[in-house]
Amino acid sequence: MPAQPAAPPGSTHPAPETPTAGSFAPTSGRTVLDERDITRGLTRIAHEILERNKGATDLVLLGIPSRGVPLAERIAAKMASVEGVDVPVGSLDVTMYRDDLRMRPARTLLPTEIPPGGLDGKVVVLVDDVLFSGRTIRAALDAINDVGRPRAVQLAVLVDRGHRQLPIRADFVGKNLPTSLAEKVAVRLIEFDGRDGVTITGPDAPGGTTSAGGTASAGGTGAR
Amino acid sequence: MRRHLLSAADLTRADAELVLETAEEMRSLADRPIKKLPALRGRTVVNLFFEDSTRTRISFEAAAKRLSADVINFSAKGSSLSKGESLKDTSLTLEAMGADAVVVRHWASGAPHLLANAGWSRSSVVNAGDGTHEHPTQALLDAFTMWRHLASGTGQSLDGRRVAIVGDVLHSRVARSNALLLKTLGAEVTLVAPPTLLPVGVEGWDVETSYDLDAVLPKADVVMMLRVQRERMNASFFPTVREYSRRYGLDGRRMSTLQDHTIVMHPGPMIRGMEITADVADSDRSVIVEQVSNGVAVRMAVLYLLLGGSESALGGPGDASGGDDQ
Repeated sequence: MPAQPAAPPGSTHPAPETPTAGSFAPTSGRTVLDERDITRGLTRIAHEILERNKGATDLVLLGIPSRGVPLAERIAAKMASVEGVDVPVGSLDVTMYRDDLRMRPARTLLPTEIPPGGLDGKVVVLVDDVLFSGRTIRAALDAINDVGRPRAVQLAVLVDRGHRQLPIRADFVGKNLPTSLAEKVAVRLIEFDGRDGVTITGPDAPGGTTSAGGTASAGGTGAR
Repeated sequence: MRRHLLSAADLTRADAELVLETAEEMRSLADRPIKKLPALRGRTVVNLFFEDSTRTRISFEAAAKRLSADVINFSAKGSSLSKGESLKDTSLTLEAMGADAVVVRHWASGAPHLLANAGWSRSSVVNAGDGTHEHPTQALLDAFTMWRHLASGTGQSLDGRRVAIVGDVLHSRVARSNALLLKTLGAEVTLVAPPTLLPVGVEGWDVETSYDLDAVLPKADVVMMLRVQRERMNASFFPTVREYSRRYGLDGRRMSTLQDHTIVMHPGPMIRGMEITADVADSDRSVIVEQVSNGVAVRMAVLYLLLGGSESALGGPGDASGGDDQ
């Protein structure tokens, strides 16, 4: 992870008190969702998924690595506490299905784990942290195609930041976050970053110098 | 950036571990109904085989096809290669056909180096065995097999594991590549062979050597048996086959002296009754069949990392030695 400078002058909310994990630099940018907001958003998404599908029958949650996977696990945990059902959770790496695969150096593959029941005839809910251009989700739909034939595919995201480049929309959204293309959205989760939080870094801030225009997902931090 | 895979010595520990981790993901493909990934769609992989090899060629072919590459098989028999065409002209022909990668097996040690570094073509070169020199993807698949059995779980490694490589080390490119790679991965290698079948200069390999198989077996975590390559033998290296297999063959009695977790490997093709007996080859300890399926996964990983992106993922920018292919 590249060294992140201290919070720029423009940041309005300093990070809420958090258990900082060792090397973690202070938050740069404006915090738009804190720990409790994320929990509430995921709880609502879990309820909405159960409501839309009239229960948990045939549901499979597939997280898109890396940050989609713990989000899928948290949603499944909420469902277990609400309905008392164990919804299968898996992960789906879309690296080899990306349309920009050959424009960058070959990337490390992330785990794909399909739950034992497979995907045939199931209702698959894809889970990711940030919905941006929609290209990651297009890649995920292709990847699913090579694994099985679900009865339906739905999409749950923690943050929808707009700027779609493909006709894709989310079924379940934690938070709609209007952003400019020059801004950067960073999702931090306890599992990877030692704490939960979603921040926006403005174009003038040191972290947000690269235009995120063509990239599939601007979520995550430098570690991604 | 390293575009070729010519020697196991080219790989840093980080590179080798990246290949093993990528192979682990590729391996899960074998359990899926559709064994196909789109990573190399539109790329052309040429299998250029100057020496007979069914299993390596099929393994590379399966690996490239599962990654959606177009595969052209070019073998010496029945082609212009048997009419006396030079390696240079063959290479220029493949370049003109638009080959993105050339997988080359050659009877002459060093032929892949020449192909990669002579400036005849821009394609990536993967060494699939050259003479008695190297066979890096075999070493990677062997290391992957050991890693799965002895280093399962994340953060585990082959550090300190003892690997005995037994038999015709002199003619074995597998032994050389394995010794290089296993050392990179932290394992301790012991070569076991009659004095006539150890290469000159083996002291420089930084491995242990022994003439006594029975003394080495109880300490080993992995026993790798090598085939006696009689087709490469131009002199008498041992008196009789019978004497060789009594002193250096792995049979049921010797297998019973191994530790409980020790695995038995063989790069194939094996000669049952010579370096290994049938009861050992078919026993629970034997991972010989698994080596074959791991071979496809490892070769997929190598092809993906070399060709999948705009540039190779091996020998990253932080690696100072990554720029040249010496």
